Amino acid sequence: MALAGRAALRWRARLPSPWHAAAPLCRPAWLPATCERPLSSRGKDKVDMSAYPVERIRNFSIIAHVDHGKSTLADRLLEITGTISKTDHNKQVLDKLQVERERGITVKAQSASLFYNHEGINYLLNLIDTPGHVDFSYEVSRSLSACQGVILVVDANEGIQAQTVANFYLAFEAQLSIIPVINKIDLKNADPERVEKQIEKLFDIPTDECIRISAKQGTNVEKVLQKVIEKVPPPQCNTADPLKALVFDSTFDHYRGVIANIALFGGEIAKGQKIMSAHTKKRYEVHEVGILTPNEQPTHKLYAGQVGYLIAGMKEVTEAQIGDTLFLYKQPVEPLPGFKSAKPMVFAGMYPIDQGEYNNLKSALERLTLNDSSVTVHRDSSLALGAGWRLGFLGLLHMEVFNQRLEQEYNMSVILTAPTVPYKAVLSSAKLIKAYGKDQITIINPAQFPDKLSVSEYLEPTVLGTIVTPHEYIGKIITLCQDRRAVQKDMLYIDENRVMLKYLFPLNEIVVDFYDALKSLSSGYASFDYEDAGYQSADLIKMDILLNGNPVEELATIIHSDKAHAAGKLLCERLKETIPRQLFDIAIQAAIGKKIIARETLKAYRKNVVAKCYGGDITRRMKLLRRQAEGKRLMRKIGNVEVPRDAFIRVLKRETDK
Amino acid sequence: APCPQWPYCRKRCSYCNFNTYVVPAVDEAAVRACLVREARTLLCLGQVHSVTSVFFGGGTPSLASPGTVAAVLEAVAGAAHLPSGAEVTLEANPSSTSTLRLAGFRAAGVNRLSIGVQVRGALPTAVPAAPHGPIVTTLPLQSLDDAELRMLGREHTAAEARKAVEAARELFPGRTSIDLLFGLPGQSQDAWTQRLEAALRLCDDHISLYQLTLERGTVLAAQVQRGALPASPQDLLADMYQAARTALVGAGFRHYEVSNFARKGALSTHNLSYWRGDQYIGVGPGAHGRFVLRGEGGCSREARVQTLEPVTWMQEVQSRGHGTRSRVVLSLLEQLEELLTLGLRTDEGITQERWGHFSPHLSLQAVFGEPGEAQALQQEGWLVLDSRGLRCTWAGLAVLDSLLPDLLWQLQRV
Repeated sequence: MALAGRAALRWRARLPSPWHAAAPLCRPAWLPATCERPLSSRGKDKVDMSAYPVERIRNFSIIAHVDHGKSTLADRLLEITGTISKTDHNKQVLDKLQVERERGITVKAQSASLFYNHEGINYLLNLIDTPGHVDFSYEVSRSLSACQGVILVVDANEGIQAQTVANFYLAFEAQLSIIPVINKIDLKNADPERVEKQIEKLFDIPTDECIRISAKQGTNVEKVLQKVIEKVPPPQCNTADPLKALVFDSTFDHYRGVIANIALFGGEIAKGQKIMSAHTKKRYEVHEVGILTPNEQPTHKLYAGQVGYLIAGMKEVTEAQIGDTLFLYKQPVEPLPGFKSAKPMVFAGMYPIDQGEYNNLKSALERLTLNDSSVTVHRDSSLALGAGWRLGFLGLLHMEVFNQRLEQEYNMSVILTAPTVPYKAVLSSAKLIKAYGKDQITIINPAQFPDKLSVSEYLEPTVLGTIVTPHEYIGKIITLCQDRRAVQKDMLYIDENRVMLKYLFPLNEIVVDFYDALKSLSSGYASFDYEDAGYQSADLIKMDILLNGNPVEELATIIHSDKAHAAGKLLCERLKETIPRQLFDIAIQAAIGKKIIARETLKAYRKNVVAKCYGGDITRRMKLLRRQAEGKRLMRKIGNVEVPRDAFIRVLKRETDK
Repeated sequence: APCPQWPYCRKRCSYCNFNTYVVPAVDEAAVRACLVREARTLLCLGQVHSVTSVFFGGGTPSLASPGTVAAVLEAVAGAAHLPSGAEVTLEANPSSTSTLRLAGFRAAGVNRLSIGVQVRGALPTAVPAAPHGPIVTTLPLQSLDDAELRMLGREHTAAEARKAVEAARELFPGRTSIDLLFGLPGQSQDAWTQRLEAALRLCDDHISLYQLTLERGTVLAAQVQRGALPASPQDLLADMYQAARTALVGAGFRHYEVSNFARKGALSTHNLSYWRGDQYIGVGPGAHGRFVLRGEGGCSREARVQTLEPVTWMQEVQSRGHGTRSRVVLSLLEQLEELLTLGLRTDEGITQERWGHFSPHLSLQAVFGEPGEAQALQQEGWLVLDSRGLRCTWAGLAVLDSLLPDLLWQLQRV
């Protein structure tokens, strides 16, 4: 928390005053041009947004494969338009979270309004930054619906990658105009010509439409802005119409409540107006509207076609549903077609290490989910772990990021159970059908896995995966995919030595370590993305892991029967390496029902005592022992076996290194 | 007990990561003057009236001249009372222990010799006698096999080691200790049994038995790491330890501490004072101490460490009388944690009386008699808590490091 807070503060300090940001365009005539910091009360400094009718507005997004330079390009655009001052430190300005900067990924969509003069006309360019990882493709689509165009960034060295393909189709299906940009032309191995040909072959965009840039050095970045103005159509809407605002994201501020990011599809909105939500039918009074530069900057009004934020006394993020439509009270409009809501792909149980921490964890979860509404939360409890929650995430990275934010921002350490995907069971038992009130149930917790006898069919979720790879790795990748029960759907050479493969995967086969495995066998060159592909019938069973006969609830998994033996054996072997030796033998077993399918034995310590301990050695020794004693607090006890808290995650995460 | 440290060695052994320095020529007179001065200063700061033992560790203190040892002992005796029977131990290396030198050390006041493996911490430690304390010395033997000695990077041969022990026993009858090392890379159970038998034929009344510890940064650890030497399996090490314990007890030795065995009452008074939580003063580069600074009006036990690097240490001693680099006042909890960690290493454990000395208000029973970790460990047969005190069982002693975190965790919660 502290770190993130400090970073934000520095940003605020470096950002020009609201006036300065808007200076090139909306400096009132009476204000001298040299005036640097005309600080006064906030109200008077507000930008007049009426200067930007729809024809002077462009709403666009940047989409790219991870590391192709999306955030760097965003930094340059912010600098060129004077939104932020130009310094050497502008790195991932829109990535505000600590995890985003640490991992170099964007997790949360951010927006920024840029002011730019082109051929004597002042334009308002709304840049909506999108997350850069397959887990967050939902967030990408959410952001795109507020745009009319996209900048598609491709690395001049790496060329088209899996996520480039996925992002292109998202934009294409949304009928957005696409501006292809080839980035990193300053790199030694850059081959923009090859990339242009790939773009032409795969996306049917003529090679001469690509703009070659170096976002890092600023080369041709200005051209990108001009292309945005020329190619991206202005939003099709009218200020004279009644208010129609789309909520496309929301954040939570401890002092001001919910801040909803909105795109106006009609009318105008100002402080004091009474508005209503089409989804919740709740009424609000508008407290504040404004634009993001990228921090909130209040304005008098927002007009049709513009993008900004709104504060209206909403207490919870659930009141600002993504995809909801806001309109004026008593002037209802036809709601905008809702976005598809976030669909969790991975579920895991989360429990406090110490039940005494339950309430603290609860409030931390509530506050964190306020800012990340794509996490679903259901209360859950188990005999072994006590009261906790079943959380749904967009993917494993999302789960890790969420967990990391809990630790960093709320100082919370938790027990996370093995991730599982949402399976389904078609029930055959009349009793169960009656109990559930339906004949098909979704299983998000292995503890609720219904017995085979009362089920006519199990179903598993599938995804259509796209892999782009240099051709020399094809053999290994095909073998990997087959091991993961995947079925090949397509194979296409995108140039002489790059291949795009499409496979239908059972989701659970890619959830944990597929991406790592793919990266390691292709020396990092293959890329991967996926999209939802519905359910298919599967022969599923529940596998338990036992330590000295006691089941480890965190490790219970639902698994395809073909995979049970191998997975059980591997889990037992890994646990044997992860659990520290103790004062007694520990039997580590994998079981299906009552049948043991794999076993390892961790032998007891027979000698564990440091040989020398005299006066000189004691200080260092005590440090170690105190740390171990402290660690006892964080141990999970299964029967009398002590297991380090992170052991399970480590066991599940590690690559299959053979 | 003062523990003067001689930080110099002729050669660095392959397994040693102690604070030792191999330098071509040591300005012995200067080092001697500093040891003397620091011993005086610290004894004075601690207002030590009487010393029960002195231990010359190292480095290789037997490389120092007997004159240096004598000078330090004179300084100790000058600053505090040093009873004539006080234990004065010198750690010695078989290659620097000619009969003549040993006789010199004896004349200087040394009355116990430890012929050793890894020579311990730093130069002399003096244990202020409770508040009186001991100084002592030992001979590193490690092994009686030439190939093993070469692997350990030792300078001496097995024959030299044998000669050294024989010479030492003649000069210090009943007061010569030998160090034995097991778990050498590639060592078999049979080979170990043979070494042990040979050692038993040669030894006096005290044996220190150490499992070879592969310390990070040592030549030996690096060789094992890259597979040039085989690592010893955990179970084999456990077997070796058990076999040795059994054989030594069978030969009439008392297993009085995890790694120490004595017969005919030849326990090391000095080392016992560490395990019992007595006060000790560390003198010399990198030496550690635990004592109350009564000279400064203090009443709390402090953990003190002297400056590690000999040249800097000397400069500090010359300018302010001592080279104390760090001083930390130990809280009651920290003192009890140390007492637990050290005391449970001995066969007597932590007596009720000793515990009461540190913690008059909260008895052993009150901390460990309640349902909790200690009680569970008692039921499992690792630990005993009775009217005498808290101690490990025979089986428990071998796995003490697995018991301590539980016990400390229980103590911290009180």
